[in-house]
Amino acid sequence: MIDLKIKAYELRKDIVTLIYNAGCGHIGGDLSVIDILVVLYYKHLNCSPETIDHPDRDRFVLSKGHAAEALYCVLADRGFFPKSDLDNYSGFKSKYIGHPNNEVNGIEVNTGSLGHGLSVAVGMAIAGKMDNKDYRVYTVLGDGELDEGSIWEGVMAASHYQLDNLTAIVDRNNLQITGWTKDVMSQDRLEDRWAAFGWYVITIPGNDVDAIDRAIEKAKNIKGKPTVIIANTIKGCGVSFMENQAGWHHRVPNDEEYAKAMEELEAKLEKLRRVS
Amino acid sequence: MNKIANKQVICDVLLEEAKNDKDIVVLCSDSRGSASLTEFANTHPDQFVEVGVAEQNLVSISAGLASCGKKPFAASPACFLSMRSAEQIKVDVAYSNTNVKLLGISGGISYGALGMTHHSTNDIAVMASIPNMRVYIPSDRFQTEKLIRALLKDEKPAFIRVGRNPVEDVYSEGNVPFEMDKATILQQGNDITLIACGELVIEAKRAGEKLKEKGINARVIDMYCIKPMDREAVVKAAKETKGIITIEEHTRFGGMGSMVSQIVAAQVPNTRVVNLALPDTPVITGKSKEVFKHYGLDSDGIVKSVLEMMKNGQ
Ligand SMILES: [Mg+2]
Repeated sequence: MIDLKIKAYELRKDIVTLIYNAGCGHIGGDLSVIDILVVLYYKHLNCSPETIDHPDRDRFVLSKGHAAEALYCVLADRGFFPKSDLDNYSGFKSKYIGHPNNEVNGIEVNTGSLGHGLSVAVGMAIAGKMDNKDYRVYTVLGDGELDEGSIWEGVMAASHYQLDNLTAIVDRNNLQITGWTKDVMSQDRLEDRWAAFGWYVITIPGNDVDAIDRAIEKAKNIKGKPTVIIANTIKGCGVSFMENQAGWHHRVPNDEEYAKAMEELEAKLEKLRRVS
Repeated sequence: MNKIANKQVICDVLLEEAKNDKDIVVLCSDSRGSASLTEFANTHPDQFVEVGVAEQNLVSISAGLASCGKKPFAASPACFLSMRSAEQIKVDVAYSNTNVKLLGISGGISYGALGMTHHSTNDIAVMASIPNMRVYIPSDRFQTEKLIRALLKDEKPAFIRVGRNPVEDVYSEGNVPFEMDKATILQQGNDITLIACGELVIEAKRAGEKLKEKGINARVIDMYCIKPMDREAVVKAAKETKGIITIEEHTRFGGMGSMVSQIVAAQVPNTRVVNLALPDTPVITGKSKEVFKHYGLDSDGIVKSVLEMMKNGQ
């Protein structure tokens, strides 16, 4: 069993390096969501490079598609494609672009236009129910993304069809591109909103892999309704000067910042390796 | 005149096919009645998904189903389907390349007195401009059946527009020439060409007959395949006849006529193309027939346009 905490920090280094080299990327959201992706891809999703087209595989939709770098780094590390494929990330003719592209191995559907992923996941979950399949469907949403009205159409339908094979995870980092969500469009009493629509709600510290793991496991046992995990995360988590800064939504680190970020992440990794 | 609307034919085909193919799924947005799909919902409840009045959700859920091997047919009024969920169609269906068949029902101006909110006079323009999206507008019940059966055999996205009311037959039992993505030539002629789609094909056919009485041999083409358009038929007509008149139930910008003009301008630039279409203003109130007549889209209006075109020396 791999150490998920260590994995998440190793991948943070990959993400920061990818963005530094490519000169583009959504670094803040990548670093806030990475722990969730690690727990899904290394612990829960029964989807691997070998089962990529298997009808019984679990489905994952990254509805907050701008965190594509985090997903690509996870997929590469899990062997869905060679890590070297990312050398031309966002470059001329690359299929590894700034939002998930389903020409890439392991990516089910294209996302990037916010507010679509949950409804697509609802369709996948309904298909699973129709065919009496055991697979589960997961989707990760941004909290800024919840401004989209179409999200609430999906929320309604998932509850109406009692999709207990569907788990939505909200990367609740309280920030969106312009600033704090409470200033842009408040999402207060977020748990109540989902609960009022008929969802089972679990709130967790969203950068804590153990808490994420427990919540996902718990969701598997909730019957008759879909589950949402409100993951209270920190945008830019793991790099001190990027944390909780709207400015790091898609800023690219300069040489100095890159060196400092890598130094911080390496120091954290050493600490984690010592305790494990 | 037959009393079966094209949308009813779609229901009949899906009803029958769904018995043997459990992957066929029909989705409606509180629109099963208007889509004539109530019978499908009642007969195959396990293959029917109601999403409520939520067209965006309708399309995204369809895409999710398709990505899991289902063959979804999403039916909603063409006006809402093509405009309100254009974004979902672009991303979740066309770009993700999911096998979703979008049924735009009661298209064009067939809602009559319900007004511009319910007309879909922009759907060709919106749908055809999306890469990987195909657009079909069948003319009568016979062609609709052939088209739906053909579409059931492929796994690519498509938008199909049908009208609300029963339309007159263009074809007849046992005489329904149909080749996928090839226009159907209803009448051969070398003087002038009429290219129509959907409910206006019958008007073009009639205009062709009226012109014959006047000694003018019109070629009449049923261009049900708007995209991919049958370019060969267009180029051939442009080369072999003296001019082309397009007739469609759509705004004059970005419709079937625009697409024909584009092909002709590039390949046979000396041939003149005139687009008969709805005006760039809110459409007047009336039954389809009345509105078509008002805007010169009925057979008499088409004949008049042909005579004008010929008088102008082309
Ligand atoms: Mg956010």
